[in-house]
Amino acid sequence: MMLPPLDPWARALLVLRLLHVDPVGLGGLWLRARPGPARAAFSAQLASLPLAQTRIHPGIGDTELYGGLDLSATLGAGRLILRAGLLAEAGVLTLTMAERCPPGLAARLGQTLDARGCALIAMDEGAEPDEQLPAALADRLGLFLCLDDLPLAAVSETISGDFNAARALLPHVVLPATVLADLAITAAALGIGSLRAPLLACVAARAMAALNGHDTVQPEDAQRAVELVYAHRATVFPEPEEPQQEQTEQEPEPPQDDTDQGQSDQMDIPEEILLEAALAALPRDLLAQLAAGQSTRATANSGTGAARKGNRRGRPLPSRPGRLDGRNRIDLVATLTAAAPWQPLRRAQAPHHAALHIRPGDIRVKRFQETSDRLLIFVVDASGSAAMARLAEAKGAVELLLAEAYARRDHVSLIAFRGEGAELLLPPTRSLVQTKRRLAGLPGGGGTPLAAGLKAAMEVALQARARGMTPSIALLTDGRANIALDGTANRALAGEDATRMARVLCAQNTPALVIDTGKRPADALRDLAVVLNGPYIPMPRADARKLSVAVGAALDA
Amino acid sequence: MTQHIVSGAFPFSAIVGQDEMKQAMILTAIDPGIGGVLVFGDRGTGKSTAVRALAALLPPIQAVEGCPVNSASPEQCPDWAEIGSKNVISRPTPVIDLPLGVTEDRVVGALDIERALTRGEKAFEPGLLARANRGYLYIDEVNLLEDHIVDLLLDVAQSGENVVEREGLSIRHPARFVLVGSGNPEEGELRPQLLDRFGLSVEVTSPKNIDARVEVIKRRDAYENDNGPFMQHWRLQDSALRQRIVAAKQALPLLKTPDSTLRDCAELCVALGADGLRGELTLLRAARAQAAFDGDAVVSRVHLSAVAPMALRHRLRRDPLDEAGSATRVARAVDDLFGPQRAAAE
Repeated sequence: MMLPPLDPWARALLVLRLLHVDPVGLGGLWLRARPGPARAAFSAQLASLPLAQTRIHPGIGDTELYGGLDLSATLGAGRLILRAGLLAEAGVLTLTMAERCPPGLAARLGQTLDARGCALIAMDEGAEPDEQLPAALADRLGLFLCLDDLPLAAVSETISGDFNAARALLPHVVLPATVLADLAITAAALGIGSLRAPLLACVAARAMAALNGHDTVQPEDAQRAVELVYAHRATVFPEPEEPQQEQTEQEPEPPQDDTDQGQSDQMDIPEEILLEAALAALPRDLLAQLAAGQSTRATANSGTGAARKGNRRGRPLPSRPGRLDGRNRIDLVATLTAAAPWQPLRRAQAPHHAALHIRPGDIRVKRFQETSDRLLIFVVDASGSAAMARLAEAKGAVELLLAEAYARRDHVSLIAFRGEGAELLLPPTRSLVQTKRRLAGLPGGGGTPLAAGLKAAMEVALQARARGMTPSIALLTDGRANIALDGTANRALAGEDATRMARVLCAQNTPALVIDTGKRPADALRDLAVVLNGPYIPMPRADARKLSVAVGAALDA
Repeated sequence: MTQHIVSGAFPFSAIVGQDEMKQAMILTAIDPGIGGVLVFGDRGTGKSTAVRALAALLPPIQAVEGCPVNSASPEQCPDWAEIGSKNVISRPTPVIDLPLGVTEDRVVGALDIERALTRGEKAFEPGLLARANRGYLYIDEVNLLEDHIVDLLLDVAQSGENVVEREGLSIRHPARFVLVGSGNPEEGELRPQLLDRFGLSVEVTSPKNIDARVEVIKRRDAYENDNGPFMQHWRLQDSALRQRIVAAKQALPLLKTPDSTLRDCAELCVALGADGLRGELTLLRAARAQAAFDGDAVVSRVHLSAVAPMALRHRLRRDPLDEAGSATRVARAVDDLFGPQRAAAE
């Protein structure tokens, strides 16, 4: 028998009840909700959780988390005073603005969660689909709740009651081996790779059973657990395949040792019901996405270092109050300015102290905007076909783009491909004059080794990324590749090589765009742009200025 | 609110599958000179669990009682440590956790603030590097480690000595340790210099096999909810494994390495275009450890091919067009070079 899916608020209440029963075991809750009445109502209910609650923010430092020397108290008292960190005493941590949680903090919290040190409520206020809780945390939090689009009218009852009975029952709840196997199989069928998910589902099923007063996990307990734990993790739409069902039918057959026969009959939850329970709880748009065969993880973030690591220290920003934790630099002038107005008062308090009175609260630290430099890699087709038709025009376009790049202080690099290979004409530079000179001297003629051009671009892009720049690629070509990577003139192989290179580039998350300089738009290039996951801009008789605007818009987007 | 008492780390033997990762850990336990293990892979595949379980497999070391750098004999103790005792005791091999948010002071050691404040003495408080001497240094999420800490580690790992010149202190002490790291490549790349410091590198993926997955969940569930009997059962297996490791450690110096094996090593590295000679050296050491573990007297191609992927995977030039990944490239080269022998062995 299959339970009907819960309505949103009932689901929210169930999540609360589960958190009351076993908050630490479940890891916690990923709450995706913009501020609003529904979230306010939910948060109010969260306050009744039995453990101590602490709020933390994504910018929290290690001293606060792990504790450390309390400098001002130590100096004041003349003996060592250590302050305990939040993680040491926390029962339930509430992380606000969780979508902005940096990977470092996520890893620290993850380690604490793994050690069963606390439960975490991650308040994810992300507006866009790609603003999300870091995956390292999402993986460890058992429950998920989305309160967006939930009107206040839907918020009806509140939870009440005593959870002591359920908590007392929890250690004695038996999880039959068949249910455990079904939970694992269901996770695999939904394409959930991480093994934390089925473990958390087991915890949730136990808590659910304890909540319902069952001393053995019942089918409906497992079903609810699946609904709450698996729905947001699903990555594939399970196919109703025969072999899978056969497997599950085989699964309960060997008599499980620890459950007696009468119970195990009852325990036979067909795995499809669990699967259906998860599917029923999937958000509607996600279901459509999954059905279309699109992975929701297509937009994997491109690693942490690249965007934040500037090769220069960046533009200084106004300094702000902070703590000297070994990584910050003190802004001496601002610190003195902050302390100045208080000097007479402080001097009056401590007359024997002759020097400047500076308290920890006066410390101002320097901040820099660490934007990494952008590198625009031009990959220009100088083959015979292009040279004849429009090389001059392409050169004009590149020159305009160069001027723009110069104005934005971007770096540029120039790669030309013709004949049998590609040549790096200009390594990343900021020199406009040099680029123009090289471009003007660009010879034309020969075949179109598109793949070689893309490969050269990728090498430049990788090197640039290692130096903390953010590379983007602009490919200007007029048509089909006809020279393969190994230099042979084979149209089919050349096209294949180009597509493979494009796929690699796309996998490295290098933004790219394709500018078709041919007389009429070429389908092959359009396809290439799709593989590169970048825009395709045909330039049929377009002037260089229009092209420059298009490129600027495409790369800024 | 877990009322169950969970004691001890998850046992190493109870980890389902992930054979390559376990093999790498065992090899590094047999011969720390291999230079540590890097475990990279998906979330929730038991990376951290395996590393934490490693501690139980390591044979104890002999060290001076109370010595902060685990010196083997009293005369090796640094003079700043002011150790009263001259007893050499047996203590477990240190496995030191290097947390992500660690400060430079904690890593290299710093002025002992407590003594400075309370007694006005200038004393050195040793850091994690001191404690990790002669042991293992474990970094979870190693790819997220701050750059300045990575620089520090590289420097010390290179020289085997930690030099502290700060706050009026001038101190040096030995810091020879084996790096063990784990991380998820999705969250960031590892710097090539640091990558090179790891002797072995393994990639882990979530098990695709349903039965294996069910088994993982079962064991973990038993670990958490039925801890006593579970630990009792697996501890026996762990101690059997540890005895095997100790035996292999003793057998290691007696192993014979024929010239043909050395030649094979070199040929394999040349065929793969591995940078530098560290590849050959690590490959050979790992193969010797493998032979010792298998109880063989002579290091042969069988052992080489068993350890080649993990010893060489991270030393290859990246070929962006080879979608198969470097593990497959190593396996392919092994097959090309020692094909027939390998087939005969299997």
